[in-house]
Amino acid sequence: MKVIKNIGLVLSLIGFAIFTASMFIGTNNVSEETFNNWASQKVKSEFFIEKAKQDIVGKELTAYQLSSKIIDIAKQSNEFQKSKDEIAWEKIIHIKWNKTYKDFVYPLVRASATGWVVQNQGFFFFLTFGLAILGGLLFFGADYQLLGPPGIKNNGIFQHSATNRGILGMVAFVFFVGFYMLLYFFPNYLINPILSVNGVSKSLSGNESSQWFLYGFMYCAVMTVFAVRMFIKYRHNNYQIVRTLVVLFFQIAFAFLIPEILVAFNKPWFDFKNAWPLNYSFFFDWNINSLIENGNMGIFMLVWGIILTLVIIPVMVYFYGKRWYCSWVCGCGGLAETLGDPYRQLSSKSLFSWKVERWLIHGVLVFATLMTALTLYTYFAEIESWKEVAFGLSAYDIQSSYGFLIGSIFSGVIGTGFYPILGNRVWCRFGCPLAAYMGLVQRFKSRFRITTNGGQCISCGNCSTYCEQGIDVRSYAQKGENIVRSSCVGCGVCSAVCPRGVLKLENGPEKGRINPTQVLLGNDVDLLELMNEK
Amino acid sequence: MEHIVIIGNGVSGVTAARHIRKLSDKKITIISSETSHFFSRTALMYIYMGHMKFENTKPYEDWFWSKNRIELKQARVASIDTKNKNLNLENSESFSYDKLIIAAGSKPNKFGWSGQDLNGVMGMYHKQDLESLEKYAPNNKVCKRAVIVGGGLIGIELAEMLHSRNIPVTFLVREKSFWNGVLPDQESEMINQEIIDNHIDLRLGVNLKEIKSDEKGQVKSIVIAETGEEIECNVVGLTAGVSPNIKFVKSSEIESNRGVLVNRSLETNIKDVYAIGDCAEQREAIGQRRPIEAVWYTGRMMGETVAQTICGNPTEYRPGHWFNSAKFIDIEYQTYGWVWAKPRENEARFFWKHKDGKKAIHLSFDKDSKEFIGINAFGIRMRHEFFDKVLTEKKSVIHVLQHLADANFDPEFYKQYEQEIISKFNKAHGTNIQAKKKSWKRIFSKA
Repeated sequence: MKVIKNIGLVLSLIGFAIFTASMFIGTNNVSEETFNNWASQKVKSEFFIEKAKQDIVGKELTAYQLSSKIIDIAKQSNEFQKSKDEIAWEKIIHIKWNKTYKDFVYPLVRASATGWVVQNQGFFFFLTFGLAILGGLLFFGADYQLLGPPGIKNNGIFQHSATNRGILGMVAFVFFVGFYMLLYFFPNYLINPILSVNGVSKSLSGNESSQWFLYGFMYCAVMTVFAVRMFIKYRHNNYQIVRTLVVLFFQIAFAFLIPEILVAFNKPWFDFKNAWPLNYSFFFDWNINSLIENGNMGIFMLVWGIILTLVIIPVMVYFYGKRWYCSWVCGCGGLAETLGDPYRQLSSKSLFSWKVERWLIHGVLVFATLMTALTLYTYFAEIESWKEVAFGLSAYDIQSSYGFLIGSIFSGVIGTGFYPILGNRVWCRFGCPLAAYMGLVQRFKSRFRITTNGGQCISCGNCSTYCEQGIDVRSYAQKGENIVRSSCVGCGVCSAVCPRGVLKLENGPEKGRINPTQVLLGNDVDLLELMNEK
Repeated sequence: MEHIVIIGNGVSGVTAARHIRKLSDKKITIISSETSHFFSRTALMYIYMGHMKFENTKPYEDWFWSKNRIELKQARVASIDTKNKNLNLENSESFSYDKLIIAAGSKPNKFGWSGQDLNGVMGMYHKQDLESLEKYAPNNKVCKRAVIVGGGLIGIELAEMLHSRNIPVTFLVREKSFWNGVLPDQESEMINQEIIDNHIDLRLGVNLKEIKSDEKGQVKSIVIAETGEEIECNVVGLTAGVSPNIKFVKSSEIESNRGVLVNRSLETNIKDVYAIGDCAEQREAIGQRRPIEAVWYTGRMMGETVAQTICGNPTEYRPGHWFNSAKFIDIEYQTYGWVWAKPRENEARFFWKHKDGKKAIHLSFDKDSKEFIGINAFGIRMRHEFFDKVLTEKKSVIHVLQHLADANFDPEFYKQYEQEIISKFNKAHGTNIQAKKKSWKRIFSKA
């Protein structure tokens, strides 16, 4: 079994190595036709077009050379335009590192890719995803035997470099962050990885794969492999098994397949489970317009999105706590609960981080709400989104800075990239505005709580250590108090790792949900007398 | 300001300190030589197993103590001068108190085996034991085999710890079955099986004769008394129970027996000196309890109680219904009320075990009145409040079985066994008990 595990590890590492190396191979050859197609949509500067035709078209270039040339020429073109007496502003090419590469450079690089990978997409898919998935399944599958009888086996987690911020953890951290930076800001260097899933994309929606399709497919693949790990690790625990199955289903069906199939039928890409304000662009003008233009289906989506946020979410949180979403449905939660599970013990439980957490997460919620209000105001007042509204800012400015700071950096680069350093729910804990919204309901008006079992806690600290949300569960358990915290996502792991069976997730009556205790059960002190003393 | 000095920073002493601070403004000092901050002793095993770091076992962050004005002093007490209300520390400092709480805990038993002080022989009680284990048994290359002597809770925990690092373990148990002085035969047998299933070499009904040394003064092997068999090993864990750690009290005027003798208010024979936790011995046992109870929960309760007394609200130590819990490798155990290893005259018993061999319950009740006496639960979590209430209200075993769904504390989506348990009971006792559906109203209504 040990051998099978190691074979799995090697296969999976080979898959990753090929995947990573592929970013540096292959060349681009921009044909006249490709160039004209691209240039007609993207540039108005004749200077740029002429120079680019000379320097780029028909040449064999690497993705890096091609990208830098485009940027160089764009800069030269801008200088040229600005040196004129009367500047033709529409001919200026706006260069911003977080936008230009993905919006301007990427389409040309994507369309002009040549080389072995382009010719052998199917085989390349097998060499990367195929090997990584197969290897991952063998690696985790072997644990069925290796872990011994079912039960909590967190053996060695704090002694292993990968799960205790050691060298392997740092390597994973750099890899994750690097990948997110490329995905969000420099997809022009990910052409080969994107091509690896081209076949899958074509068979689903008929479209060429994009970087977002690559991400969606990777997400599903990673979650599936790590869900197998969850099934084996927690095979004695039905709550974990059912929960993992459901969250995997929602990812694959609702976040991946249904939107792609909608696209295949010429409908808007739509994730039915993605609620505002997590889905912050739901009320943006372009989204509303695109939904309205799409007839009955689009109107249904619009109404569904509003009902989801205003009715379904609070009602469900009232009955079951926010866990029904965070740990059972949400994609971010899904990745955190599968890929992130090995890192859950790294989240900080200090009082200091709790203070930071409350300011940050509610700050993001306020920011998202203000942004949406402003967007809706400009939409209904029919103000163009790029027009200044106040303080020199337009609705578009606010939207794009939110998209950059929160949507890309916080939820992506930090939220997932920092798993190996800060634990697996950095985004959910510190940033997600939907979690903040549901948290408010959960804290003040919900039937959900984590019950503690009388006086049975031995303060061992397993619960707090394995709480991915950084809740100091033990501090409640040792007082015999129910845990009513807005950040609890109800993953159920505190209950699973408790060696004394002290914790249980319950949806009971609201009355008595908050139960501060003076003296613990087991000690027959006269409570009435104690109260009178006070 | 009155100065309260607490010897020992285990759960008893720290609970006392916290509650004194809640109730008063007194000066509080905790003296311990083991660690500078309170940690959960019960979690020591998880550090070795890699589930936690030492930091994770501290229930309070390090700033907690100064914020709550609880002074911590790392020192060892040599003797107590009760006349002058003074402590003599081993570093020959002297330290005065107004009120003294002795919460010094226990120390592992050693029965004068030859070789018991060799290198590589250790208990599993102090943080220092863990450091020593890390030194002598970091992996199965340094430690080819370990032998554990003593079949109790710490013994099986130590076995699980070593097993988690794939170190072969031989486990010597004096009784004919594991922890059979406390667990009835059926449960004890079930745990034997759990030990064997985890490939631990369990030897029942044997005693340690001697521990042999190599030329460097380190453990080489042990010899079993009954068979004369010699087992080579690099580590020996002595886990044959604990006894009160009160050597430093013996020279004082504080009266002691095995532990420091206390009355119901946890006072010793000397005014302003109290003893709590593992090291306290009740002059008269409370109910069916033993005079010394080295249990986490009772230590905590004594800490709560003594704090009341010291803060001007004289309170007797009145532990409620007995409860305890443990985990035997992968099997969780909880007990409420009394299930003696051997049934008493008036008792009838009902035992149910699931076919997977990992779940069982054992009920004890009065033969005639059917009054519920106690339950052992294995692999099924039970609700403390439920059994506390049932015992207080002296309900019958029939009531308990009817409401078993209310008592269940297993996580959601777990399989329930109430029907199976009840139908087995009905068959065995010719009754016709019907299980009631779980009711939140009953569960959360306070008596």
